[in-house]
Amino acid sequence: MNAALFRQTLPILFGYLPLGMAFGVLFSTQLDYAWWYAPLMGVTIFAGAGQILAVSLIAARAGLLEVFVAMFVLNARHLFYGLSLLGQFRGAGWRKIYLIFGLTDETYSLLTSRPRPGPREDEQRNDFRITLLNQAYWVAGCALGALLGDNVAFDSTGIEFALVALFIVLTIEQYKALGETFPLWAGALSAALAVALLPAAQQLIGAVILATAALLIQYRRNRDNVERVHG
Amino acid sequence: MDSTLYILSFIAVATVATFATRVIPFLFLSRHHEHPLLLHIGRYLPAAVMALLVVVFLIKSASWSAPAFGADALLPCAVVILLHLWHRNALLSIVTGTAVYMAIQQSGLTTL
Repeated sequence: MNAALFRQTLPILFGYLPLGMAFGVLFSTQLDYAWWYAPLMGVTIFAGAGQILAVSLIAARAGLLEVFVAMFVLNARHLFYGLSLLGQFRGAGWRKIYLIFGLTDETYSLLTSRPRPGPREDEQRNDFRITLLNQAYWVAGCALGALLGDNVAFDSTGIEFALVALFIVLTIEQYKALGETFPLWAGALSAALAVALLPAAQQLIGAVILATAALLIQYRRNRDNVERVHG
Repeated sequence: MDSTLYILSFIAVATVATFATRVIPFLFLSRHHEHPLLLHIGRYLPAAVMALLVVVFLIKSASWSAPAFGADALLPCAVVILLHLWHRNALLSIVTGTAVYMAIQQSGLTTL
């Protein structure tokens, strides 16, 4: 395992361990199930907000159809993430299914922002390793939290800010790579609108839909301008 | 339903629902990966999503009432931005910003 690759995932380690532990603690204090169900969920579901919602759904013994709808709606923003990776994951062979499975907010952020100097196949292999590392951090967090339960001793209050800081750094990197501010404004304003107008559970999906709509309008504008020039 | 069966079927359903949100674009749009609209989205959506994640999570990380008025998250945010523009070392920016945020949150200044 390449050290530079591991370094790229360190911010996710700092974010996923405490968040996974928060889920694990919640799981073992709210529910009456064996601790290992928590890391099992990290292995098969691998979704932060989704798993935390799952704890309250399990506690309420929600019907399975309701569970499907709730999890699908909560994670619906991921529908848009794939749109920007259709080309990048093309031809990744057996790794492709895992790359798609592992598309959390954080993995998506890293995979779409990191430099890709090597040949395509090597970079897809690196994408795969990054996804695997990220999931390992998450599962470890879920297991630790569920095992420790209420006995978490150290004060890690605020450590989850590592993920916010990661998103800030990646926004700057995206700006440097693109040289354009429009997508940044589109995203930031969509988020502000969504937070102002929507209940907490729908803010992320609302913001992603608004931002995508802004990009569609920008695309049509550009195309009309091109037609005017050439027509 | 017995409770072991319930949690196992719960996990299976949640797994399928989450994976569905991630795989659907690849199932239905793979053949159109060179369509100019999808190329446009593919080029700009990551930047837009990054910016919106920053805004949504910053708002949630901050205490907006007195005495902080959001400064408990906006100050560490400014530290990350300035440090990153200056050194462009991702790990340094993230670790320093997180340390500043943790220090502020644990100091109790936000709940005076």
